[in-house]
Amino acid sequence: MIKMEYYLIVSTLMFFIGIYGFVVRKNMLAILISLELVLNAVEINFAVFNRYLFPGSMEGMFFTLFGIAITAAETAIAIAIIINVYRNIGSINVRKINKMKG
Amino acid sequence: MEYSLLILVTPFVLFLLLGLTGHKMKHHVAGFIGTLGMGLAAVLSYVVAFQYFFVIGKTGGIFKELIPMSFEWLRFTDKLHIELGILLDPISVMMLVVITTVSLMVHLYSLGYMHGEKGFQRYYAFLSLFSFSMLGLVVATNIFQMYIFWELVGVSSYSLIGFYYQKPSAVAASKKAFIVTRFADLGFLVGILILSFYTGTFDFGALTANNAELAVTSMQGLSFMGLSIGAWAMALIFMGGAGKSAMFPLHIWLPDAMEGPTPVSALIHAATMVVAGVFLVARLFPVYLFAAPEVLTLIAYIGTFTALFAAIIAVTQTDIKRVLAFSTISQIAYMMVSLGVSGYGGHDGVGYMASMFHLFTHAFFKALLFLGAGSVIHAVHSNEMKDMGRLHKYMPVSSITFFIACLAIAGIPPFSGFFSKDEILAAALHHDKLIFFVMLFVAGLTAFYMFRLYFNIFWGKEKEYDNHHKPHESPALMTVPLIILAIFSVFTGLIPFPEFITADRMSFAAHIEWGTVAIPSIVVALTGIVIAFVLYAKGSEKPAQIAKSLGGFYAATVNKFYLDEVWMFITKSVIFKLISEPIKWFDRHVIDGAMNGLAWTTQKVSDSIKGLQSGQVQLYVWAYVVGSLVIAALVLFF
Repeated sequence: MIKMEYYLIVSTLMFFIGIYGFVVRKNMLAILISLELVLNAVEINFAVFNRYLFPGSMEGMFFTLFGIAITAAETAIAIAIIINVYRNIGSINVRKINKMKG
Repeated sequence: MEYSLLILVTPFVLFLLLGLTGHKMKHHVAGFIGTLGMGLAAVLSYVVAFQYFFVIGKTGGIFKELIPMSFEWLRFTDKLHIELGILLDPISVMMLVVITTVSLMVHLYSLGYMHGEKGFQRYYAFLSLFSFSMLGLVVATNIFQMYIFWELVGVSSYSLIGFYYQKPSAVAASKKAFIVTRFADLGFLVGILILSFYTGTFDFGALTANNAELAVTSMQGLSFMGLSIGAWAMALIFMGGAGKSAMFPLHIWLPDAMEGPTPVSALIHAATMVVAGVFLVARLFPVYLFAAPEVLTLIAYIGTFTALFAAIIAVTQTDIKRVLAFSTISQIAYMMVSLGVSGYGGHDGVGYMASMFHLFTHAFFKALLFLGAGSVIHAVHSNEMKDMGRLHKYMPVSSITFFIACLAIAGIPPFSGFFSKDEILAAALHHDKLIFFVMLFVAGLTAFYMFRLYFNIFWGKEKEYDNHHKPHESPALMTVPLIILAIFSVFTGLIPFPEFITADRMSFAAHIEWGTVAIPSIVVALTGIVIAFVLYAKGSEKPAQIAKSLGGFYAATVNKFYLDEVWMFITKSVIFKLISEPIKWFDRHVIDGAMNGLAWTTQKVSDSIKGLQSGQVQLYVWAYVVGSLVIAALVLFF
């Protein structure tokens, strides 16, 4: 059986790649993708901890399923926002979205 | 006796009614509503007085205290709580009668006197407020309730003195009256706090019960700067009374208060509010007598000095209302002296009885004098004696009623002032010969200056009156109150006061001491009248010559012994310069400086960090991630 640490290394990598992308990318779609990476890293952790530490129970798995559903909904909303922003401003560069700044 | 509450409620409701909706009413409507309400209160007080004195008040030869109504207003501790209620005992019932009667007369008189004045409804609203507060003051069940109404009386007096608020002198006078009495009330409040701290109660009944046992025992053996605590407390309380009752050196506001409308002077500055101090001392009389006898002696001497001092000033004043104001100060001082020389039980307590008696009679004849003066001012449009003369021809009713009041205040039998003043002199004679002789002299001065006033107004030389504006008798609305008050001034002296109002609440038989007191006082009064007649009845040149020969002393009395200037010096040069200015500097520089420094620092700091809030979510996340990593590292490695 594969050791738990390998899964955790993968998820940690995904998490920090996601954070890195979130901070440095200017394209809103790229930021959204980075966010997805962060969320999926967390979900991997849920599944892994459940599988290895509490093999008798299923709560971690359920959380993972919830997380997937929420991620899907959130992506839909985010893309809708991005499309609207593009229609209004003509760009999806976050540096240019500062119309609401006081 | 629960209906006695209505005596208080009626003027209060009138105040609200006239104050809030008066400006929409016609003048005479507002006036008649006010007068009718006051009439109702007066009738109720007569009923209360009759019930109390003749039906239910007396049990076993003693007039008991009745508390028909009382509720708890504030509770500090189980022992210390403040009640609001109604206390009926001989002096409060007497005051109810005095206040409502004089107030009714003034309401009636003002219908004529204030006719057509701007702010007529406001005037009536404040008259009602004043009546309410004064009535509340006299029926107070505890010293704190008295203090509340005491201040209310001060406020309504302030607004009535300043009724002609476009006149700078009226504004200044009202401020002066308010500030001087407030200053005195500071002492009153401190006195109340000391007294209630040691006795644990505000209640008059508890304080005065069993010869003020509570006050005596609870403050035994405590002293501060050589005087007992009890004496301090009572002296401070007296300070409040001295401020309201215009005792030297806090009398300076009363002459200026004459800037108000004349009926107001009659009601507030002659008959009711200014005797509040006397009433306060009388109310706490057992405490003064048993816990602080030295203060009572002090009161007697302050009173004696004030009486003499005010009477001397009254002789030289030329504004007729100011003469009356100083006369009021002098007469109130009589009452104070009388309390100061009084003992407690039986015939020893004649001073207490005489003080209340004089308060009662003085209220009527002094109100009459003021209203009479108002009638004259109404006719001549001037306050100065030099603009008057031979007015008897034009204003017979005012003249005759004024004459009656002068006889009453001079102490000529059988007018009321004779009886009360005689009792005061008798009490003084048995206590202290010096006080007696000074007061006897003051009685002579009183007769002299009152008749100087009378002769100068109604006799003397005829002045050149404008033909279009010949003086004429005032309308019936003004003369009827004069006549009623004149009747009171003649007959109230015949009331057997020792039957009803005594220090220990038991009746005793007082008699007039013809040989030692009455005859000398009548002789002295007649002498004063004769001198006034010789000097002023024909308008001779002699008074001016005498004034010239007196020189500096005359100038000093005309200027009221420069006391206003002395107070001005004390406040301006001493208090303002030496105390207020340094405190002001401290406030401006240290306190304001600290606050401004704090604000300046805050602004600078926020200026320097406001760039961080850029609105760039990515930056925030960056800070967040780095921050949490740092914290995680700290937790892990330290």
